[in-house]
Amino acid sequence: MSDTTQTGEVLLEVDHVTLRFGGVVALNDVNFQIHRGEILGLIGPNGAGKTTCFNAMTGVYTPTSGEIRFNGKKISGEQPHKINRLGIARTFQNIRLFPEMSALENVLVGTDSRHFTSVPGVLFRLYRVRPKEEELPDNWKRPWAKAFGMSRHILEERAANRKAMELLRFVGIADRAHELARNLPYGYQRRLEIARALGTEPELLCLDEPAAGFNPSEKEDLMALIRRIRSIGHTVLLIEHDMKLVMGVTDRIVVLEFGQQIAEGPPMEVARNPKVIAAYLGEPDDAATA
Amino acid sequence: MMAANPLKQLRLGERFASMPRWARWTVMLVGLAFAFYLPRLNILPFAYIRTDLGDRGADWASVLFLVAIYMIVAVGLNVVIGMAGLLDLGYVGFYALGAYSVALFGSPSSPVTEWMVRKFGFEEGWAVPFVACIPIAIALTMAAGVVLGAPTLRLRGDYLAIVTMGFGEIIRITARNADPITNGAAGVLGVPGPPGPGTGTNEYFNQSEPERWYWLALCVLIVLIFLARRLENSRVGRAWLAIREDEDAAAVMGVPAFKFKLWAFAIGAALGAIAGLLFGAKQAYVEPTGFALNLSFLFVAMVVIGGSGNLFGVLLGAFLITYLPERFRDLPILSEYIDPVAWRPFAFGVALVLVMILRPQGLVPNRRRAMELEVRKAEAEEAAVDV
Repeated sequence: MSDTTQTGEVLLEVDHVTLRFGGVVALNDVNFQIHRGEILGLIGPNGAGKTTCFNAMTGVYTPTSGEIRFNGKKISGEQPHKINRLGIARTFQNIRLFPEMSALENVLVGTDSRHFTSVPGVLFRLYRVRPKEEELPDNWKRPWAKAFGMSRHILEERAANRKAMELLRFVGIADRAHELARNLPYGYQRRLEIARALGTEPELLCLDEPAAGFNPSEKEDLMALIRRIRSIGHTVLLIEHDMKLVMGVTDRIVVLEFGQQIAEGPPMEVARNPKVIAAYLGEPDDAATA
Repeated sequence: MMAANPLKQLRLGERFASMPRWARWTVMLVGLAFAFYLPRLNILPFAYIRTDLGDRGADWASVLFLVAIYMIVAVGLNVVIGMAGLLDLGYVGFYALGAYSVALFGSPSSPVTEWMVRKFGFEEGWAVPFVACIPIAIALTMAAGVVLGAPTLRLRGDYLAIVTMGFGEIIRITARNADPITNGAAGVLGVPGPPGPGTGTNEYFNQSEPERWYWLALCVLIVLIFLARRLENSRVGRAWLAIREDEDAAAVMGVPAFKFKLWAFAIGAALGAIAGLLFGAKQAYVEPTGFALNLSFLFVAMVVIGGSGNLFGVLLGAFLITYLPERFRDLPILSEYIDPVAWRPFAFGVALVLVMILRPQGLVPNRRRAMELEVRKAEAEEAAVDV
C-alpha cells in the first residue's frame, strides 16, 4: 500500500453501478471516484439513494449491474466483513451501536477486526511472541515471561485496549469509556460510532449523516473532527443534509437525485449548478432545517 | 430511589470481583476443597444434603458425578446459548456422539473395533486405548457440530431451534437403527475407563468407586470452566455479544458472524462430547435410550433457569436440576402416600413455570442478557399497543 497521505490516486471507484429492488431503481448508473486523502460529500434529497449507495459499497447490497472497485480490487458482491478488512468502514444513519456493551467494548469490536488470534489461540494461547519494548507490561521482569514470551492474544488485547482508549480520546468521549453505549447521550453515541469505525483502521471512512440532530456548535466540532480524521490519513466519504457543513468541509461533492447522479465537482461549482439548485438547494426549508 | 448502602447495589458477582486478590483465591480454594470433599461429607447437619440417607436414596457419589457431568454440559451449552445466542435444542446429539465415540472405538466388543480387528489383523480383543478415544470423540463431535452448523446457522432464532432438535433425534434414531455399526438397541458393552494406577480386574476407575469418577469429572470441569472464562473475556466473547446485539452492524465492523457462530457450535459440541465420553466410560455401557430428546430440554432448562450467559448461574442450574430430584427421591413422611419419583415431571413443570414468571432472566442472571430481555419485553408491549 502506498503512502496514505498522498492524494489524487483513485481509492474507490463506483463504476456505472445500478441497483434495482424489483421494479424500483434505487441507483441508476451511478459513477464516481474517491481519491485518496480527500473528503468527498455525497448529497441529495431524501430518498435519493445515498444510503443505498453506502450499503452497496459496504457489501450490504450487491449491485444489479456495474462494479465497485477498492484499490483496484472488485468488492461488489463480497461479504461485509471482508470489505471491512480491505479497509472500508462506515457509520449508520440510525445509530447502530451494540447497546449492552460499554463504549470501550464497542470500539474493541472494531479493533478486533485487525487482529489475528483465532479461537483456539484465545483458548490455549500457544502462539507466543516476544513483546516489543513499548509493549512490555510491568511484570515483564518475571523470568517466566522472559523465557517463554507472551501470548499473542494477551498482547493483542492490550494493544486493542490502548488503541480503543486513544480513539475515544480522539473523538472526545473518553470520559465515559466504561458506560454502556445505551446510556450515553445522543452526541456521544454518534461520536462512538465514528470511533468504532476508526477502530477497524479503514482507509476509507464512510459517515452516514453524522450531524443528524446536532446543534450548530456540535456541528462545528464535528467538522473539526472530520478534518482531523483526514489529517491522520483517512479518506472520508460524507453523506450529509446540512449544506453548511458539507460546503465547509468537503473537497468535492457528488449529488444524487432519485438514484441518478446529477452533478459532481468542487462545492462552489456544485452549489452553482442549476440542476442541483432545482433538485435540492432550491428548497430553502430543506437546506436550513435538515 | 438510591439505596442507602452503596454495596447493596452491587450484585454478588461484582462484589466478589471487587474483593482483593488473596480473598478471591481463598474463597475459590475453600470452595474447591469443599467440592472435592463432598462425597465423603458425613458431619451431621451438613450430611443432610446427601442423597443416600433414606432406604431408597441414590448413591451420593454417583449423583455428584452426574452433577459434574451435567455441569460440563451446562458450560458447553452456555457457550452456544448464553454467549453466542443460538438456541440449540439438540445438544443431546453431541452428548450421545461423545459417549458413542468412546464406546465404538474403545470397547473390544463393539462392531467398529471388531471390524478394525478383522480388517487390519490386530489381535483379538484389541481396542483403541481410552486416551486415544478422547481426541477421536472430540474431533468427530466437532465435525458433527460443523456439519450441522454450516447449513443451518443461516437460520435465526426458532428455526434454528427446530433444526437442531431434529439433529438430536437423528443421532439417537441412527444409533438405535444402525445395527451393524452401533449394535442398535442392544447397545455397546465394555466401554473402557480412563487409565489409572490399578490394572486388570482392580482398575482405579471402576464401577464400585463412583467418588473417583466424581473427582475426575470435577477436575475436567474446572479446566473447562477456566477455558470458558477465557472465551468470555476475549475478542471471541465480544464478537458473540456483538452478533447477538446487532448481527448486521457486527458484520460491517469486520466480525465474520458466520465463522464465529460455527465456532460456538463446534466448541459447544466438543464440551458435549467430553461430558458424554465421561458418562459412557463410567456406565461402561452405552445404549440409545439414554439420549432421548427430553434430555436436550433438560440441558436447555439448566442454562435458562440458572441464568443464560452467566457461568456461575448455569452451574447452579445444572446442580439444582440434577441434584434436587435425586435428593427428594425419598421423602420422609410423604413417601408413604405418594411416589415422589412419579411426581417429578410435575414438580419440574411447576418449578419451570415459576422461574419463568418470577425470574425470566434466570436465578443468577447475566447483566446484559437480563437487559436484552427487558428491551424485548418493552418492544413486545409496544408492538401489542400498535396492533
